[in-house]
Amino acid sequence: MLRILQFLYSLRSFLLFVLLEVLAIWLIVANNSPQGAAFFNSSTAVIGSVLNTQSEVVGFFSLAEANEALLAENAQLSEELKILRLAPDSIQIHLDSAFAATFEFTGARIISNSLRFAQNHITLNKGEKDGIKPGMGIFNEEGVVGRVKSVSSNYAVAISLLNTGLLISSKIKSNDAFGSINWDGKSSRQAKMLYVPRHVTALVGDTVVTSGFNAVFPEGIPIGIISSVNQTGDPNYLDILVDLTTDFSKVRYVYLVENTQVNEQDSLYLQSEIQDEF
Amino acid sequence: MNFKRLITYSFLVLILGLIQVLLLKNIALFGIAFCFIYLLTILSFPTTMAHIPLLLISFGIGLLIDVFYDTLGMHALAATFLAFLRPFWLKIISPIGGYDDTTDPSISEMGIGWFLTYSLPLVFAFCLVFFLVDQWGTGGVLNVLNKSLFSTIFTVILAIIVQLLFFKRRRGI
Repeated sequence: MLRILQFLYSLRSFLLFVLLEVLAIWLIVANNSPQGAAFFNSSTAVIGSVLNTQSEVVGFFSLAEANEALLAENAQLSEELKILRLAPDSIQIHLDSAFAATFEFTGARIISNSLRFAQNHITLNKGEKDGIKPGMGIFNEEGVVGRVKSVSSNYAVAISLLNTGLLISSKIKSNDAFGSINWDGKSSRQAKMLYVPRHVTALVGDTVVTSGFNAVFPEGIPIGIISSVNQTGDPNYLDILVDLTTDFSKVRYVYLVENTQVNEQDSLYLQSEIQDEF
Repeated sequence: MNFKRLITYSFLVLILGLIQVLLLKNIALFGIAFCFIYLLTILSFPTTMAHIPLLLISFGIGLLIDVFYDTLGMHALAATFLAFLRPFWLKIISPIGGYDDTTDPSISEMGIGWFLTYSLPLVFAFCLVFFLVDQWGTGGVLNVLNKSLFSTIFTVILAIIVQLLFFKRRRGI
């Protein structure tokens, strides 16, 4: 018995090494499920405030660009508002629940972003106090950005679209064929569109938008433009490459969207025994 | 390790850690060459440092960087691996007569050739583990090797520059 203990003692640094590596692997695995419990990340108060200060300093230099983007979006919104605003002599009809507002929007600023890894994350400067919840969709005026993973009271961490673990339900705008957008970990400007059957005619130049099926994003938020369609690889599905419309190296101000009826939809799925398939 | 050295090393960890997470986090030359300058702290601990504190400190530093990178565990895993290899590699490349008690594995004491033989394989081992974990499941072995090789070169070049500019010829012992 003593000799076993002596033997183990002589191996103590190797054993400690193995223990630490197992701990690290456990952390990686526990932290990698898209909605998993992330308990220790950049949404922690101290680290969040450091990143916030850094982004404020860096952000000062891109204020002009941010202003321009806001101006462009304001112009577009006021154009749309002109159509929606009722003329004084028109009749007002109450619409049914199909058209009731199911989505709520909030704005936030990105304080930390990465795009060079296979699993990229984004930190936002708003958290639980501002009504941010895990699972909310993130987009900006250019297109889809990601999805919130976990929140603390002042900050939130999101999975970027540039993360091989994130699938976004999407469709080709011209013919409504739906599939899933998934990043392949290669270029930060391109992603793959999966599960589009071979009979669908997908053309280079077609726009890909969110489908609104997974109750995270409303329908019609741009994602990208098809840059190549191939019939190689999988015998059932097309191999579609999409140029992302969002420039992830420049994204700073984003909108968060929450589906207020997601609980109702989820409980309905549960009732009819449908798993979330996206 | 006396108190003054302890302060020096804490200062080094803090400064290089801050530079890593605030300046170098999003820098990738040509999209493949990353810089992990904080490894210089683990590389420049005294040669006679015991295994167990070295492993624990490296794990801690890795975890700290991880928290800022949102890659919980990845830096810790790779940095611990580097710390595990370090004593063995130091033994293999030890000069005739061995190291004395106060030898620092730095350019000013050991020369640039020795430092290259010392740091290149260790940093490469770190990069290999890091990018293997990062690219796990994406099936790009060539991509992993490519990124590891160029990140190693970039990191070591920057480590040499930092040492030449900021490390005193004889750190106060």
